[in-house]
Amino acid sequence: MTGTLIQRLTNPFKELIRYKDLLIQLVSRDLKLKYRRSFLGYLWSILSPLLIMSVQALVFSHLFRRGFENDTVSYPVYLLSGQILFNYMNQSTHMAIHSILDSRELIKKVYLPKYIFTISKITSGLIDLVFSMGALVVVMLVFRVKFSLHFLLFPFVLIQLYFFCLGLGLFLAQANVFFRDIQYIYTVVTTAWLYLTPIFYKETMLPEKLQIVVKYCNPMLFYISQFRAVVLYNTFPGWKMVLAGCGAAVAMMLIGSYFFARKQNDFILYI
Amino acid sequence: MNTNNSNLSSSKNLPPLPDDIAIRVDHVTIRFNMATEKVDNLKEYVIKLLKRQLMFQEFLAVKDVSFDIKRGEAWALVGTNGSGKSTILKAISGILRPYTGTIQINGNIAPLIELGAGFDPNLTARENIYLNGTVLGHSKKYMDEHFSEIVDFAELWDFLDSPIKNFSSGMKARLGFSVATMVYPDILIVDEILSVGDYKFKQKCQARMAEMMAGGTTLLYVSHDIATVRNLCTHAIWIDKGVIRQMGEVQSVCDAYMEGK
Repeated sequence: MTGTLIQRLTNPFKELIRYKDLLIQLVSRDLKLKYRRSFLGYLWSILSPLLIMSVQALVFSHLFRRGFENDTVSYPVYLLSGQILFNYMNQSTHMAIHSILDSRELIKKVYLPKYIFTISKITSGLIDLVFSMGALVVVMLVFRVKFSLHFLLFPFVLIQLYFFCLGLGLFLAQANVFFRDIQYIYTVVTTAWLYLTPIFYKETMLPEKLQIVVKYCNPMLFYISQFRAVVLYNTFPGWKMVLAGCGAAVAMMLIGSYFFARKQNDFILYI
Repeated sequence: MNTNNSNLSSSKNLPPLPDDIAIRVDHVTIRFNMATEKVDNLKEYVIKLLKRQLMFQEFLAVKDVSFDIKRGEAWALVGTNGSGKSTILKAISGILRPYTGTIQINGNIAPLIELGAGFDPNLTARENIYLNGTVLGHSKKYMDEHFSEIVDFAELWDFLDSPIKNFSSGMKARLGFSVATMVYPDILIVDEILSVGDYKFKQKCQARMAEMMAGGTTLLYVSHDIATVRNLCTHAIWIDKGVIRQMGEVQSVCDAYMEGK
């Protein structure tokens, strides 16, 4: 019995290795199609967060001025650093939610590991995020933020976030096969999530009761605050945040893959 | 290439297949849930659940079908629309799981995907060849090596860098066939795809399939074109409403099918 259990746990990885070239093809397709025939091409990855950030910075920097008076980094940098992480989670999971249904033609005709479509969406989003880091670096240079070696720790934060998004994406993708309105519900959820995440404000500016919710129940805060610690404030993230971030990622991966594995053989009957 | 050397319903440990058998289908039943109204959203599901109106009506697309296919044989599945031919093919290629019964496969399977199903319309032919090849389980390196061979066979050198949405259905079929038959798989599954190509290309495809079979490939063929079936296959199975009506040597099964129609 243990033999078959171990096999069941390792088989997905073996399959993934066998289909790794397909994964690469799918990711590069996503990136190519996104920017093909647009005049500025990949530059949009840098430009679009910059443009949105400048509008938001213009409005919010006045609204939240008081909270940032004693801060070492200026408001636009603070804003953008939170925004690109949240955007990544938001966009990649919204893509992942459709990943199974959009690939229905293939899934109906060839045997393929189905999670590969979800993984490809989350991965292409991550590559987009790394491009958007270019925008962050530009803004950091403009506002004279000091760079330090701590900056090099950012991949460690992105890895946690990647697995968190992957788990969430797997869960949503399988749920959306059976209940098509999950995608609409999820849009509402992410909008609420956006406002409950300290992107354009600081969590300390919230009333105390709300602070508790945001601090302890919002995984995005774990990642954003770690990211800001290493990139903007040149410190190590607190071990509590690291632990919470890793824990949330592992938990989400377990939930997502459990439901996906249990339901994936029924997809064919519903797509 | 899908290497399904094991049995597909993994829960049971079956004895390995004898070497000369390519496909063994053993008492396979495939069930669909034919809901009278399809509930595909959460809102309706909750309402129906509360009203206790969630009804499931099961529909058996394939009922207790068994057959053995020997290595190197060419089998046709014939039957009217909706008789369960494609469902059986899907179960053999691992896309559908049988509800009961087991399917065992010896060797790797190349499914011939229907008309451009594996293609992304916005990508160019060149990009689609790589995408489709990796879908079939080939590596990038392998595709690099066989790229020109594929384009040669499809005769599409002039259109390599135009998006495939501008291709005609015949051109897409050519490309799909070329990618799928680039290797000689142990088992080739062809489901009604050659009907769109022009006459010359059809002949080319049939020649290629004959060549593959001479090399030991097992063929599983679904078509309504009985003339081609008689020409290409050695055996046939006539399926009617999910049950095998007759199986055996191709000419006699086709005769019975044509009369019974």
